[in-house]
Amino acid sequence: MSLLFDTAFIGTHLNYWLFVILMMTGLYIVVARGNLLKKVVGLNLFQASVFMLYISMSKIAGGTAPIEIPDPNAVYSSPLPHVLILTAIVVGVATTALALALIVRINEAYGTIEEDEVLEIDRAKSLAETAREDERDNEEARAV
Amino acid sequence: MTDLAVTLLLFFALVSTAIAIALLRSLFAVVMLSGVFSLLAALLFIAMDAVDVAFTEAAVGAGISSVLMLGTIALTARHEMKPKRWSATPLIIVGIIGAFLIYGTLDMPAFGDPNAPVQTYLNPDFIARTPKEIDVPNIVTAVLASYRGFDTMGEVAVVFVAGLGVTMLIGGSGGFLRRRYRETVLSRKDGQA
Repeated sequence: MSLLFDTAFIGTHLNYWLFVILMMTGLYIVVARGNLLKKVVGLNLFQASVFMLYISMSKIAGGTAPIEIPDPNAVYSSPLPHVLILTAIVVGVATTALALALIVRINEAYGTIEEDEVLEIDRAKSLAETAREDERDNEEARAV
Repeated sequence: MTDLAVTLLLFFALVSTAIAIALLRSLFAVVMLSGVFSLLAALLFIAMDAVDVAFTEAAVGAGISSVLMLGTIALTARHEMKPKRWSATPLIIVGIIGAFLIYGTLDMPAFGDPNAPVQTYLNPDFIARTPKEIDVPNIVTAVLASYRGFDTMGEVAVVFVAGLGVTMLIGGSGGFLRRRYRETVLSRKDGQA
């Protein structure tokens, strides 16, 4: 427990905790908000915070961006996390586009993009279906 | 010291943007704030030496994503419904997950540590070989296009599949035929009724 109150430790790990807080804000929007577009925005926030967590690992004290400069003693931050996150950003926008297309399609089919209303319509539909089936069963029983 | 001040300032701007996104119900404002969030994230990436990531985030996160979302709200709805009830369950879940994640970071190497595995494992190799083998000053470009070119090819495949999915869902002849189908079928049903 004494580890947690060490100021040097807090100073060197604060970045991770800050990004965890941001990540959790995004996750809260995804879980708690019913609007589908807002869920996608929350997912994007979550994703951007994961990117920041990764990039903060590649930072080296006293380093510069990984672009070669004439100085032979230059210290470069690690380029590998940068490459991975570049790939992730592009994949992220592709999945965002797919999610938004799904939202447009849901709006076409249900006339709403609120999760609660979509669920209600589905419930009403399945209730009507079971009522119709019950009626059919009753009619068959009467016929027999 | 200034580094830390800049990081903290950007972080608080990011958190207030995120909280505003959670609370606002105008979807237009939400989309604009998500663009602001991406721009602030790009600034933070520059503060952490990741210039390539910063301009990609600014172009893709603040640019293309915002345009796509604006298109979506133009086709669907402008306002979020008022929530019917407020429940504490999401807050509790998020708190527990956050606590676990913070517990997981306790073993992580310190911020900026030159002896961290990410700095000592592949990084010196890439930095030493790039000028000789690739001859491009930007090491990120060299790794992206050459040393890890297969990753980039996989990324292109993912973007292609996503584009295909979007086209099948809403675009092209599929959307048009569906609309025609609905119009003709619905009008016929109305005629019968």
